[in-house]
Amino acid sequence: MGFPHKPHPKETVVLSQYFGDVEARTHKGWVKRGGYEALAQALKMDPAAVTEVVKESGLRGRGGAGFPTGLKWSFMPKEKKKPHYLCVNADESEPGTFKDREIMRWTPHALLEGTAIAAHAIRAEIAYIYIRGEFTEPWTIMERALAEANAAGVFGSIKVYLHRGAGAYICGEETALMNSIEGKRGNPRIKPPFPAAAGLFGMPTTINNVETLAAVPPILKRGAAWYKGLCLSNPKSTGTKLFSVCGHVQRPGNYEVTMGFPLKGLLYDMCGGPPAGRTLKACIPGGSSVPILTREETESCLLDYEGVVEKGSMLGSGGVIVFDDSADMVYQIMRLARFYAHESCAQCTQCREGTAWTTKIMERILSGQGKTKDLDLLLDLSENMTGKTICVLSDSCAAPIVSGIKKFRGEFEAYLAGKRQPVMVG
Amino acid sequence: MTASHTGSYEPVFVGAVMEELQSVFQRYPNKQAALLPTLWIAQREHGWISDRIMAEVAEVLGLTPAYVKGVVTFYTMYHQHPVGKNFVQVCTTSPCNICGAEGVVKAFLEHTGAGDAGATSPDGKWTIVEVECLGACGFATPVLINDDFLENVTPEKVPDIVKKYR
Repeated sequence: MGFPHKPHPKETVVLSQYFGDVEARTHKGWVKRGGYEALAQALKMDPAAVTEVVKESGLRGRGGAGFPTGLKWSFMPKEKKKPHYLCVNADESEPGTFKDREIMRWTPHALLEGTAIAAHAIRAEIAYIYIRGEFTEPWTIMERALAEANAAGVFGSIKVYLHRGAGAYICGEETALMNSIEGKRGNPRIKPPFPAAAGLFGMPTTINNVETLAAVPPILKRGAAWYKGLCLSNPKSTGTKLFSVCGHVQRPGNYEVTMGFPLKGLLYDMCGGPPAGRTLKACIPGGSSVPILTREETESCLLDYEGVVEKGSMLGSGGVIVFDDSADMVYQIMRLARFYAHESCAQCTQCREGTAWTTKIMERILSGQGKTKDLDLLLDLSENMTGKTICVLSDSCAAPIVSGIKKFRGEFEAYLAGKRQPVMVG
Repeated sequence: MTASHTGSYEPVFVGAVMEELQSVFQRYPNKQAALLPTLWIAQREHGWISDRIMAEVAEVLGLTPAYVKGVVTFYTMYHQHPVGKNFVQVCTTSPCNICGAEGVVKAFLEHTGAGDAGATSPDGKWTIVEVECLGACGFATPVLINDDFLENVTPEKVPDIVKKYR
């Protein structure tokens, strides 16, 4: 359902079925809608069997990386010698992405149920749900739902706690998130060791995104074959996915479609396309960290992990940012670079210096002081920011810059040639 | 409770607040992990995180003041200075920017008398800041006033909002 809009007939509503339904937020309302049946079922199963069902379903991580969820769970030690932890990544901060927020706002028990099932599957006794500090409303709703679920005793021996972030995009990176729970600065850790070997408090840990876990109860209830059957294109991408659409569209919001759905259909049929009299210029399909698509690429793109890669970008978090012909791509790319410069944890030189330096160069271009060699300099810097750091924040800054220069070079050159009115950047 | 620069300081973590902190400790295997929640409590009680409060937090958690400061300065939501009664965070990242977020910031600055972004209005009531992505891009422009999350804010709506919080 494209909350706040009515569901579109072409949507496949699994996760968003109860968005906007206030009663579904309560434990009683959730149980009335068949909630917690999947958890009861899972708790009777061997943990390995639960993992096997999720593996078979083809579910992949919805936070951005798209790693197969069941496979991730299977990396946890078979023999339990230490405490195991589950971390739930609700630090949704990727520009363009606002789907986990809606899941927590409307169906908090879907997340709690998925969390408890995952904790059982990886044999974790404690799960921490890390919610970004700015999400005050989802926090309150989750807190209430958790109290209700605890009072109803639905978790058995599993303990679920909420942990509030305090303003840091980087804490959405899995090892930074673990450091943040440990009461440290949110600096990403060098891998290996991977979290399944040594994660939170040095113990075996699995970390999953909110949307990923919310998909687990329906998978257990309706079966892996059903989920696997939800596929319009590549069999490696199964199920439904929530896409958050924002920017220049008539009806922004969250829309849930089957994997492989055409991006064109999402943007024009569901979101109503750009405002009247304007045309689509560019689109970032998977949150601000992925390469920008041109109009042609956008209109021929299929929304699954492979389909978006084929167009030169990534499905990422499913945060779709739309720019129409009124958008100044140079200015918007500068804004994105500035975002990464602000959010860099500053551990790695390439990122700390690169994000700030690229931002300054783009500000210089916008102010009419750019030099002809600036574009090559930006590309050179971006090259040095890619694949060379502890985490991918630096790469994420480079992605819109490189794709932007490649695809909208004319707009950059117009500033350099003095053909475009300089912009005040503050 | 306020900390005075002239010497007297009333500790935050006493009585009911200390009891609350004890229940926070139970969620984690060590006290250090309680640092973020402890700082949230400190900010709720005191309004901002002063050096003196950092020292008290360090003491109750068995950490050093320098360590606590290192963490406080990493995160954007802990105020290291006093802020206005209404702390207004306006998202201005790209998706909100193309939907007019800069106009929203301008309207807040004008109608509250806060002057510049980051500064506090002379009556102590308003601090307006531009922030990066608030995670509600489809509801541009989102604005966080203290703990109230407002959606679809436009410059035209700002005067009424300001009236409500004033």
